[in-house]
Amino acid sequence: MYTEKVIEHFREPHNRGKMEDYSAIGKVGNIVCGDVMWLYIKVEKDDAGRDIIADISWETFGCTAAIATSSMISDLAKGKTIEEAIHVTNQDVASELGGLPPVKMHCSALAADALNEAIYAYLTQEHREIPEALEKRHARVSKEVNALEKRYEAFLGSPGKADVPEQGSKQP
Amino acid sequence: MVMNKLVYLDNSATTPVAPEVAEAMRPFFQERYGNASSLHAAGREAHRAVDASRQLIAEHLGSRADELVFTSGATEADNLAVLGTALRSDSGGHIIASRIEHDAVLQAVQWLTERGYEATLLDVDKFGRVDPQAVREAIRPDTLLVSVMAGNNEVGTLQPIGEIGEICREAGVPFHTDAVQAYGKIELPLDGIDLLSVSAHKLHGPKGVGFLYVRNGVKLVPLLHGGGHERGRRSGTENVPGIVGLAEATRLAFEEREAVTERMRSFRERIIQEVSRIRGTRLNGHPIDSLPHIANFSFEAIEGESLIMKLDEFGIAASTGSACSSPNLTASHVLVALGVPLSMAHGSLRVSSGRQTTNEDIDALLDALPVAVERLREISPFKVGG
Repeated sequence: MYTEKVIEHFREPHNRGKMEDYSAIGKVGNIVCGDVMWLYIKVEKDDAGRDIIADISWETFGCTAAIATSSMISDLAKGKTIEEAIHVTNQDVASELGGLPPVKMHCSALAADALNEAIYAYLTQEHREIPEALEKRHARVSKEVNALEKRYEAFLGSPGKADVPEQGSKQP
Repeated sequence: MVMNKLVYLDNSATTPVAPEVAEAMRPFFQERYGNASSLHAAGREAHRAVDASRQLIAEHLGSRADELVFTSGATEADNLAVLGTALRSDSGGHIIASRIEHDAVLQAVQWLTERGYEATLLDVDKFGRVDPQAVREAIRPDTLLVSVMAGNNEVGTLQPIGEIGEICREAGVPFHTDAVQAYGKIELPLDGIDLLSVSAHKLHGPKGVGFLYVRNGVKLVPLLHGGGHERGRRSGTENVPGIVGLAEATRLAFEEREAVTERMRSFRERIIQEVSRIRGTRLNGHPIDSLPHIANFSFEAIEGESLIMKLDEFGIAASTGSACSSPNLTASHVLVALGVPLSMAHGSLRVSSGRQTTNEDIDALLDALPVAVERLREISPFKVGG
């Protein structure tokens, strides 16, 4: 059901782990399917003065597809300008992995959302103008997180202690 | 990479066909291929094989031969038990089942409730046990059937089917038990049981064959109509090689039961002892009052589907009740019914042994599992509570 590429990224994921000196975090999660993704970006200026995603890493609780898409989105975003990274879509993630089983497509959306949220957090804290498309996606992601938390409040339990500072979105 | 031999610890999903079973079945494909309903010699030969198989299974089960209805497996047997009983009523009625039944029972009950029947789903305690008193309280004048499995397929917990059977008997309500995981592994006295489902492939028999035990006098509406096979209760040409295989698997299971289940029990104890040493682990199901071959755990901060894939990397086959592993992305209804928090239900692992399982298989599991869990925890945003 999984492509070789998915298995490859799952077995040896790229850019995995927590980042200490990050510029921003994007936290997204879907406890219904049981996956939560935290994406860290470190933004630096390039020679032309543009914002570049100089470093990226992630921590993911989730299935094979969630881990492989975390790895893939980090590859796709690394070294890109913020402007370029905004346009990385879940379709890009899925197709770079040689496709995902239909039931796992939402994992690629999760990865794209995490990148989106990290960029949103970065632009917000830098008091930059937020592009309309980014704002829309952020609104949708926040709404989904809240709805899911509400619906599954009674069942959530404690997934373990989080040791990363809260930044914007609430830990699911 | 050198592929080592597969360490197969998913015997609750299916088992390899035992060599003895394959051997017993072989002649019935090309040499003794007759239709058991045919009059000629080839037909009579097939008929005798089906009869002998039925007789052998009945002797081990402690039933009469004519109380067995061969089916395509346990899903059909469960459906025949539930629907076959319920559909006798023209005016709806009431069904009782536990919340942790296999989907073959639960979905059949659900189907009935969409057509005017009513159902009571019984809660279970934190180990997954049904309280027999709850069965007594749930029975109504219009109750058509009570269905509670003998041993749970995900967590292994045994149900007090003896007591439940007695309560049903007193109330005059037919009692069905899904014995797919229990058959050949634990004693199954038929007192109080009116209907009992079995599948061959969980027992080192072939896929696609099973039976429903139907106590003499219990009436069923057939689900499959046609040539009136199985005394009118299940039409369809008998799966002769399958039935022969089911009988041989039964013979093996009952003859070897003591030795095999003792080995399974010792594997299970060892697995529980060792896995409990991994931080942030819980055992799901009853520690002692359990089927011998199933152990189910949850691990904090990781997700079960990726754990299965990580173990697969080490050549180990097991399974999970994680939502991500299910086609509809919902966590195991069994773990949820046991009150396992969703976050932990997502991180579940089921290991199940078979007659072929060796000490070396368990060694391999216990070597790989802590590593697999640790690798996934390293990349998880959640840390295991101290």
